[in-house]
Amino acid sequence: MLAYTERLGRVFGREVPGLLGLLALTVVAFGLTTPHFLSAANFDSIAFQLPDLGLLTLAMLAPIMSGGINLAIVPTANLSGLTLAWILNMNGGPQAGVFSFVVGIVAALAVGGASGAAMGATVAYFGAHPILASLAMMIFLRGLGEFLTRGGDISGFPNFLRELGHGAVLGVPVPMLIFTAAAILWHVLLARTRHGFSVAMIGSNPRASEYSGIPVRRSLTLVYALSGVMCALAGIVMLTRFNSVRVGHGEALLLVTVLACFLGGVDPFGGFGRVAPVFVSLLILQTLSSGLNLLGANQHLATAVWGLFLVAVMVARWVWASRVLQMMIARRIDVTRGRQGEDEGKEATSLRLEERPHE
Amino acid sequence: MRDYLRTHEGEARIFIVLAVLMLFLGFASPTFFSAGNFASLMNNNAVNVIWAVGLLVVLITGGIDISFAVAASVAQYLTALALQAVGGGNWILGLLFAGAFGIAIGCINATLIAGFRIISIVVTIATFNALFGLLMFTTSGKSIYDLPDWWTDRVAVVSLGAGGALTLPVAAMVAAMAATWFLISRTTTGRQLYAFGDNAEGARRAGVATVKMQFIAYGWMGLMAGVGGLMQVNLAQEVVPNALIGRELDVLAAVVLGGARLGGGRGSVLGCFLGVMLVAVVQNGLNLLGVSPYAFKMVVGLTILAAISLSNVDLAALLAAGSRRRGHVGLH
Repeated sequence: MLAYTERLGRVFGREVPGLLGLLALTVVAFGLTTPHFLSAANFDSIAFQLPDLGLLTLAMLAPIMSGGINLAIVPTANLSGLTLAWILNMNGGPQAGVFSFVVGIVAALAVGGASGAAMGATVAYFGAHPILASLAMMIFLRGLGEFLTRGGDISGFPNFLRELGHGAVLGVPVPMLIFTAAAILWHVLLARTRHGFSVAMIGSNPRASEYSGIPVRRSLTLVYALSGVMCALAGIVMLTRFNSVRVGHGEALLLVTVLACFLGGVDPFGGFGRVAPVFVSLLILQTLSSGLNLLGANQHLATAVWGLFLVAVMVARWVWASRVLQMMIARRIDVTRGRQGEDEGKEATSLRLEERPHE
Repeated sequence: MRDYLRTHEGEARIFIVLAVLMLFLGFASPTFFSAGNFASLMNNNAVNVIWAVGLLVVLITGGIDISFAVAASVAQYLTALALQAVGGGNWILGLLFAGAFGIAIGCINATLIAGFRIISIVVTIATFNALFGLLMFTTSGKSIYDLPDWWTDRVAVVSLGAGGALTLPVAAMVAAMAATWFLISRTTTGRQLYAFGDNAEGARRAGVATVKMQFIAYGWMGLMAGVGGLMQVNLAQEVVPNALIGRELDVLAAVVLGGARLGGGRGSVLGCFLGVMLVAVVQNGLNLLGVSPYAFKMVVGLTILAAISLSNVDLAALLAAGSRRRGHVGLH
C-alpha cells in the first residue's frame, strides 16, 4: 500500500495521495449526511459542471508553471465562443452545418491562441509583469466583447450542438470526456515534452534558463498561446453547454481556477506543479459544491467553503512541513546528546549527522 | 528637480502621458476643463485612490492583496449593521467601525501570511472567496438602503462655484494620500517597509521585525479598504454586497501603472494617484468625445497594454537583443 502510494506520488506528483484521501473523505462525509449524494444523478451533475472550471483551470495552470499568471482566461474563452457563434450565425444559425461548425471551432481556437500569443509576447519581449499584462488583456478583451455584442447574448445554434453539450458516451457526459482528454494532453505537454520542461525551468529561474540555452522568450510566448487555445476550448464547451454566448459568462470562475491550482500544490512562483493533483483538487471543489447544494446551501456558501478549504489545506501543509522539520531537528539533537561523550569538536558531530541517513 | 526625475522615472512618464492626454481632451472637448467635469472626475475616483494607496503599501512590502474590495464590502455591511445597532451614530463612529472591521480583515490576512508562511496571493484569493461567499450567503445578496442620513448626505468640502463641488470622499482621499505618504516616506517604519519588500531576508538580518511589517502592510490595506467602503456608501447611497467585486483588479492595474513594482520595494503615492487618474481620464475623455460606452473598456485595456509595453521598452537593450540573436544564428 505504502509502496503503491509512493509510486502514485512519483508519477503524478506527491500531492496526489493526500488529495485523493481528502476527496474520499469528502465523498464519504457527504454520502453519510445526504441520501442523494451517492446517486448516479449527482455524479452526472458533477461531471457536467466540472468541465468549464476544469478547462479554464488547465489554461491557468500552464502560465503559473512558467512563473506567470493569465488573468484573461475568462474573456479569452468568451471571445473564442463568440467567434464560433458568429461563424455559425453567418452560416444560417440553427441551420448551420457541421462544416461551418468545424470552421468555427478552428477560428475560435485561432482567436484564443492569438490573444494568448499577444499577451505572451508582451510578457516575453517587453518584460511586462504577467499580472499586469494579462490584467490589461482581460480588460481589453472583455471590452472588445462588450463592444461587439453590446452586452447582449448570442444564441440560435444548430441542434447537434445540444447533443455535444448535454450528450453522453457510455454514460460519461461529452464535456467531461473533452475535459479528461484535455487534462491528459496537458499532463503530457507539461511533464513529458521539451516545451513542458522549458516552461518549468523558466518558472524556476528564467535567467538560468536563458544561460542554459532555453529559448525563454519563444517558450513564454508559446505557453500563453497554448493557454489561450485551452481557453478557447473552454469557451466552445461553455457555448455547447449553455447554448448561448455572453461576455462575462464565467467571470466568477477566474479566482477559483487560481485557487484550484494552489490547492493542487502548484508553486505560486512557478517551476513546480502537476496536472494530476490539480485534477483531483477540481474534483474535490466540485464535490464540495454539489454536496453543499444537496444539503440545501447555495453556491455562495460553497464559494466560502472553497476559500476556507484552501486556507485549511495550506495551514495543514505548513504544520506538516514544520513537524517534519521539528522531527528532523529532534532526531539530530538526540544523536548529538547520545554521542556527546565520545565527541570532542562540533565538526565531528555534524559530520556524523550528515551520514546518518545512510546508517 | 532633475534628481526627482531620475528617481521617479515611472511617475514622470505617466505624468507626461496624462498631461498630453489632458491637453488633447482640452482641445477636443470644450467641457473637459470645466469645473463640473473636474469635480465629477475627482468625486468618482476618490474611492479608487483610497484603495490604491492601501494596496501600494502591500505592494511595497512585496505582497499582493486581491481581497480588499471584498473586505470593503464586508466592512460596509458590518458598519451598516453596527450603526443600526447603536441607533444611527455619526461620522466618527462610522469611521471607527469601518476602519476597525477593515483592519480586522487585514489582520486575518497578515496572520495567515506571516504565521503560516503562505504566499500572499494564495491567502488573499482564499480570503476573497471565503469572505465573499460568506457575505453573499449570510445576507442572501440583500442590499441595505435604510442608512443614516449623515452617511448618505452629500457633503461639499470645496465649492467650485456653479460647476459643482468636491465632496467628502475627495477629502478622505487627500487624507489617505497624506497619511500613506507620511507612513512610507517620513517614518522609520516606512523605510523598513521598502527594505523588507526589496529584500526580505536582508531586512530580517538587518533587524527589521518582518512579522510586524506584514501586519502594518495588510492592516493599512484593511484600514483603507474600510474607509474606502465607507466613502463609497456616501457616493452610492446604498450598501450592495456584490457591488465592489471586480474593482480590485482595476485598482491593481492602476497602481502598477503608477510605478509600483509587483515584487516589492518600489512605488509612490503620487504614482498611485496618477495611475488611477490616467484610467479615469481615458474613460472620461471617451465619454466626452461621444464614443459608445461599450467601447470604453476596450480602449482602457489598450491604453494599459500600450503603457506597460512602452514603459518597459528599453531601446538600447532591444537593439542589443537583436544583435545577440543574429549572433546565435551565425553560430548555428
